[in-house]
Amino acid sequence: MTNEQRPSFEWAVERGKVAEFARAVLNASSAHDGPDAVAPPTFPQSMALWRSRTPRPEQDVGREGLDMRRVLHGEQEFEYVRPLRVGDVLTAESHVKDRYSKEGKRGGTMTFIVSETIFRDQSGEIVAYSRGTTIQTSKAATS
Amino acid sequence: MSLDVGTERTDTMVEKVDRAMFVRYAGASGDFNPIHWNSDFAKSAGYPGVFAQGMFTAGVLGTFLTNWLGESNVRRFRTRFIGQVWPGEAIVCSGKVTKVYEENGETRADLDLEVTNADGERKIDGSATVVVS
Repeated sequence: MTNEQRPSFEWAVERGKVAEFARAVLNASSAHDGPDAVAPPTFPQSMALWRSRTPRPEQDVGREGLDMRRVLHGEQEFEYVRPLRVGDVLTAESHVKDRYSKEGKRGGTMTFIVSETIFRDQSGEIVAYSRGTTIQTSKAATS
Repeated sequence: MSLDVGTERTDTMVEKVDRAMFVRYAGASGDFNPIHWNSDFAKSAGYPGVFAQGMFTAGVLGTFLTNWLGESNVRRFRTRFIGQVWPGEAIVCSGKVTKVYEENGETRADLDLEVTNADGERKIDGSATVVVS
């Protein structure tokens, strides 16, 4: 087990981003438009903008030692105490929960990186969790 | 709305996925891995071409779920990525209620979820917990 902590960062749930994200996942519901809009269930994926100040955050992946050609998303889970809404200003804390390797059928030797992000509201209450597994493969993983 | 164990639904969310969807999702999410929009890069990685971000397809599955059971009711949403979604493929989403129970003073339902293409090849399997309102 590892428990690598990353710097915490502020993540504001913004009206325009919620509407843009909803359209990108083909969601036409009016619930995602307006000053009280609710965020779609996978919306925390858009926090990349807030995590990194670099203009090209995709290049950060390379700096973290992952080859973009060999990175796959294995699993993703979101857990909500309540839905996220426009106007929420959350504090996000991420840490790597686990790292391990195994032999895979599709991509050769695979390294699994399991990370978790915890979101707290302005009063310090936990409102949501995001847990993801990233896989680095030793060859292209075509099924 | 009442939900019973065994209640099922299937929707074809996209007839043919296209690259503009990957580009729009890249902008909206901040996932700019070029493997999803740059064919030369995808080929240099050993793939036949670009393919959808897993979280694009998972996001469409989320849209299927919230269209069906409400925009504010999701308590848990989990996806496991099984195979790439290629341009031209369909995104067919389905869900089935596996359990209905009381927790934290609310009625909740657990569901199994799945994404396939038009030929029934699985791309994502998933699960969710929703509040039944």
